Amino acid sequence: MIQQISVFLENKSGRLAELTRALGNANVNMRALMVADTAEFGVVRVICDVPHRALGVLDAAGFGATITDVIAVEVPDRPGGLADVLETLDAAGMNVEYAYCFVEPTGEAAVDIFRVDDPLAAEAALSAAGLVVVEPGALYSAD
Amino acid sequence: MFQPDFEGMPRTDIEVLQLERLMKTLSRVYDRVPTYRSKFDEVGVHPDAIRSLADLANVPFTVKDDLRAAYPYGMFAAPMREIVRVHSSSGTTGQVTVVGYTKGDISRWGDLMARTLASAGATADDIVQISYGYGLFTGGLGVHYGSERLGAATIPISGGNTKRQVQVMKDFGVTVLAATPSYALLLAETALEMGIDLRDLPLKAGVFGAEPWSENMRKQLEEALGILAIDIYGLSEVLGPGVAAECECKNGLHVNEDHFIIEIIDPETLQPLPDGEMGEVVFTTITKEGIPVIRYRTRDISRIIPGPCSCGRTFRRMQRVSGRTDDMLIIRGVNVFPSQIEQVLTGIPGVAPHYQVVLTKRGTLDHVAVHVEVGADFAFDEIRELEKLRRRVGAEIASALAISIEVKLVEPKSIQRSEGKAKRVLDLRAEGSV
Ligand SMILES: [Zn+2]
Repeated sequence: MIQQISVFLENKSGRLAELTRALGNANVNMRALMVADTAEFGVVRVICDVPHRALGVLDAAGFGATITDVIAVEVPDRPGGLADVLETLDAAGMNVEYAYCFVEPTGEAAVDIFRVDDPLAAEAALSAAGLVVVEPGALYSAD
Repeated sequence: MFQPDFEGMPRTDIEVLQLERLMKTLSRVYDRVPTYRSKFDEVGVHPDAIRSLADLANVPFTVKDDLRAAYPYGMFAAPMREIVRVHSSSGTTGQVTVVGYTKGDISRWGDLMARTLASAGATADDIVQISYGYGLFTGGLGVHYGSERLGAATIPISGGNTKRQVQVMKDFGVTVLAATPSYALLLAETALEMGIDLRDLPLKAGVFGAEPWSENMRKQLEEALGILAIDIYGLSEVLGPGVAAECECKNGLHVNEDHFIIEIIDPETLQPLPDGEMGEVVFTTITKEGIPVIRYRTRDISRIIPGPCSCGRTFRRMQRVSGRTDDMLIIRGVNVFPSQIEQVLTGIPGVAPHYQVVLTKRGTLDHVAVHVEVGADFAFDEIRELEKLRRRVGAEIASALAISIEVKLVEPKSIQRSEGKAKRVLDLRAEGSV
């Protein structure tokens, strides 16, 4: 399971910049950032090298942030690769709330992040189907 | 019940008793208190013309300024030789008001406070610690006489010296606590610092009042102290504690209707409102001799909870006071009390009980936006869930206020923490439409 930071933001100009600056100033290295929003508010999702410290940094800077458990899966680099992952989750009765792409710096494999109701069960189902579940250690140091 | 013959009286009997006592009280104040005589004469209402409870609506109101103007004894309806006790309001706003009690008043007050303690489950077997301040404030002595009337062992410790309070509570085997809710929480915290868990003590119930508190605070108190926590209501101008109290059902405070007539009025039109509707609480005392008050406007906001209570008491219940008339807004012609918003938010997980009401004009219509903080530890990060939360907050506020509103979710801790009306409500209606 991967610990993702979710930040509630009002849609005010400059707010996202403030967030990334707060993390940057604290030497937090962001590995992925995804914004989901409506006209009024949004949720920013961040995968970074030191999630717990980043949470403290954001809290001190006045952001409402929380840690969400997500799963990271290596998506086979071939046509239908993503479909395999989704079908496996679907067959296991897992509802995908959202997903986004995470690109490994090496560029070897595409890694996708999925938010499901039961991340542990989802990981088990994916492993059983022969798919590669990415461990936290591969993405960030445990802090 | 301490006095089941009264507390469980059939409704029709209560009303007969109320009318009889009301007529006596009106004659008493008309004969003895110049302020009332001139008020009544001014509108041409003679006490003899009051022949039903509904006629009370023709009688002029009394406000705090009337009592201030009569400082100190001008509104007493008994000669000083019959007055045996004097209390005074805290005087935090303006000049203080003074109230006097006859021997009979003190005795009846004892009965009413004994009822209050009994409704928290207290009996003669209990040990009651009274941590309300003694002195000019009615809290301490008010509860004291009730506790002795009940026959309980009464510990008149008064307020302050919190560590000693905890020690006494433990050593004396206290079973019932009377205090302000915030002081009770302080007692629990102090006890923990001293290595004492109040939940391990024989303490079983608490009667809390003299300041507004919420359902949330009840949960905290019941958990931290391991007790049943009930809300009690009173104000010195009307009596002091003992005017109304919750029963074990914890769903509204039974008003001691054999001693007080409660009315809920629209604070703008001053017309009485039917049971169930929110408005200003007005009390008429019908057994007091020292300083009866007629249609006294409390400025407290509440409503009568319609229907009988399962505890068997027949006195009607007033809802926990949810604010002051000073905070009232008129939106699209509807009276709105912003404190009701806080009550709604307290009951919804995922949001903090902090809000700001922003009023604007859209064309000729008032538009109401309520800014609500997402909880600092919001447990979900999905837009769909947040939208669902926003809709739920909107629907619940709209239903509580009886007006449609728009909810805007804002970031945690982004709303200024202040109790004042100016901060809670931003009224931009005068600045034209947006
Ligand atoms: Zn009841």
